[in-house]
Amino acid sequence: MQSKETILDVNHLKINFNTYAGTVKAIRDVSFSLKKGETLAIVGESGSGKTVTTRSIMGLLANNAVVAGGSIQFHGQDVLKMSQKQLEGLRGAKIAQIFQDPMTSLDPTMRIGRQIAEPLIIHKGVKKEKAMAQALEMMKLVGITDAENRINDYPHQFSGGMRQRIVIAIALINYPEILIADEPTTALDVTIQAQILDLMRELQDKISTSIIFITHDLGVVAGMADRVAVMYAGKIVEYGTVDEIFYNPKHPYTWGLLSSMPTLDTHGDELASIPGTPPDLLDPPKGDAFAPRNPYALKIDTEQEPPFFKVSDTHYAATWLLHPDAPKVTPPEQIIERQKKFAVMQKEAEAKEQHRIEEEEEQQ
Amino acid sequence: MAKYLLKRVFYLLLTLFIVITVTFFLMKLLPGTPLQNQQKLSPAQQHLILKQYGLTKPIWQQYLIYVGGVFQGNFGTSFQFSDQPVSYLISSRIGPSLLLGLQAMILGVVPGILVGALGAIKKNTWVDTTTTIISILGISIPSFVLAVLLQYFLGLKLHLFPIADWGGFAYTVLPTLALAASPFADTARFTRTEMVDVLNSDYIELARAKGLSKWGVIYHHALRNSLIPVVTIIGPLAVNIMTGSMVIENIFSIPGIGEQFVKSILTNDYPTIMAVTIVYSVMLMVVLLITDIVYGIIDPRIRISGRSN
Ligand SMILES: Nc1ncnc2c1ncn2[C@@H]1O[C@H](COP(=O)(O)OP(=O)(O)OP(=O)(O)O)[C@@H](O)[C@H]1O
Ligand SMILES: [Mg+2]
Repeated sequence: MQSKETILDVNHLKINFNTYAGTVKAIRDVSFSLKKGETLAIVGESGSGKTVTTRSIMGLLANNAVVAGGSIQFHGQDVLKMSQKQLEGLRGAKIAQIFQDPMTSLDPTMRIGRQIAEPLIIHKGVKKEKAMAQALEMMKLVGITDAENRINDYPHQFSGGMRQRIVIAIALINYPEILIADEPTTALDVTIQAQILDLMRELQDKISTSIIFITHDLGVVAGMADRVAVMYAGKIVEYGTVDEIFYNPKHPYTWGLLSSMPTLDTHGDELASIPGTPPDLLDPPKGDAFAPRNPYALKIDTEQEPPFFKVSDTHYAATWLLHPDAPKVTPPEQIIERQKKFAVMQKEAEAKEQHRIEEEEEQQ
Repeated sequence: MAKYLLKRVFYLLLTLFIVITVTFFLMKLLPGTPLQNQQKLSPAQQHLILKQYGLTKPIWQQYLIYVGGVFQGNFGTSFQFSDQPVSYLISSRIGPSLLLGLQAMILGVVPGILVGALGAIKKNTWVDTTTTIISILGISIPSFVLAVLLQYFLGLKLHLFPIADWGGFAYTVLPTLALAASPFADTARFTRTEMVDVLNSDYIELARAKGLSKWGVIYHHALRNSLIPVVTIIGPLAVNIMTGSMVIENIFSIPGIGEQFVKSILTNDYPTIMAVTIVYSVMLMVVLLITDIVYGIIDPRIRISGRSN
């Protein structure tokens, strides 16, 4: 693995919300890092805390939110400790975001050219005319046809897919270091989804930004991400490279997510979503929050939270099943097939590496 | 746009025609005659007077004559002031009413917008609570109560403004205040609701994510989007002011059509009642037409769909 520079470092983040019913512990000790140029996918069911995590990075938490601990280091500065002014300087300049529903995320009464140019005007003090010229360039870059004639149109004159391109143009106009995409394709139909994902990959190469890609659909992760973090009930339960998560998952929750995902590789007849519901975050359970829904739960799961166990240098999972003393369990059949495939892939990779080394030696 | 306008004016005239017809026949159905208080008159004398006003003709003839007259600006002769054409009565009295109405509209809407927006921006703070209480008061205190209070405190006690009659600007202040209270409260409440919605919308979230400051978000994105719908309540506010003016003009002895209207009702002065009703309808329809046009101009979504039609 190339050790690229880490640009964002989230450490032991804890976020609570004060509500009438009590304190909602939405983020319960989350740590991850983001490297320059990589795409990190955060997956998990609804309510697992994906959006709250991204909002805390943007400094856009709701008024009733309380940072109960942790830090978010960006270029050596803690985002959580920044003043409102500093945060404003960050948002839309260094860290930008794409939202879920393109039908509602554009200002209905402002011309789209203006909307795209706005971050330039705010952050770089670019004069309006020049900003509009750059907005036009960006419109072309994100694939809006006939951009010259459409720059003065209003959002309602565009389709959903085109609007999401506009939202992407707004996010990228300042060439941000981090792009947060919170379920950017969930509201779009499948063909448009694919186009938007293609566009994001293409633009990531051109603009060389890092992406945090939020989704509850593992299906779109495979083609997008370099690494994956799996979230459950306000915690990350497993993280690793895409191949590690897809083909060598260790956490029973990840097994459940993968089993409920239709793919070409799997035999489609055993599709099932994970039974049960996530725990109440007003009063999270004592041990492993997933234990009540986990058919592989051990006794210790209800008493003590599992720490992260190392699977490889890049792959960690928080499940007691990885403890040396834990009984050996047999994962679902589908997961075993995935693991077999992973073994083959690893052998191939090794063979390739061997081959490369041999070639190098020959050349010398 | 020209085609749209023509269509709207056509509908306006059609509505006006219906209003005239309905008022005419309603008047005919009402019990009581203009002569009811003059029992001293002999039946023969009564007949003579009725004939003079054309009231002995068959109803359908009366109707045709009336409609024909109205479209030529002739509303007949007042029963109450037998020497005055109704059209003169109205034209000499409409000025004060229009002035009051316009002042009340401006004094209601502009501060209403400001107060409503402030309440939304400072939601759930003491500012919000205060502005909400003010607008609830504005809605729940009847205008005639407010009028009397204003007369008592600002007029009688403090001698700031004349308490009745009609003269310069000073005479308009108290009645305008009394009339403006309810539109002010309505506008404030409506604006607050709109703006709270807008401030919770996705595009405001995106505006924040762009790095705009709190006031930048409000100024560039929230205000425009929450003010556009306010145009739609101008029509109902105009109705509010018109009905209010009937009471207020009486309380302040203002020689306007509202005061005339009440007088005419008390004396069964049918021609004047009908004429004032028609004038009110026309004013309301014109207000609605103007607000629709303005709405189309300031909301791009309407503008475009209008063009493609
Ligand atoms: N302002 C708030 N007040 C109280 N609770 C909140 C607030 N915002 C979020 N939460 C709670 O925090 C938890 C995590 O929410 P979050 O929106 O991050 O979930 P998510 O993973 O993004 O889900 P989804 O896939 O549905 O978008 C949820 O239980 C949610 O109810
Ligand atoms: Mg979410």
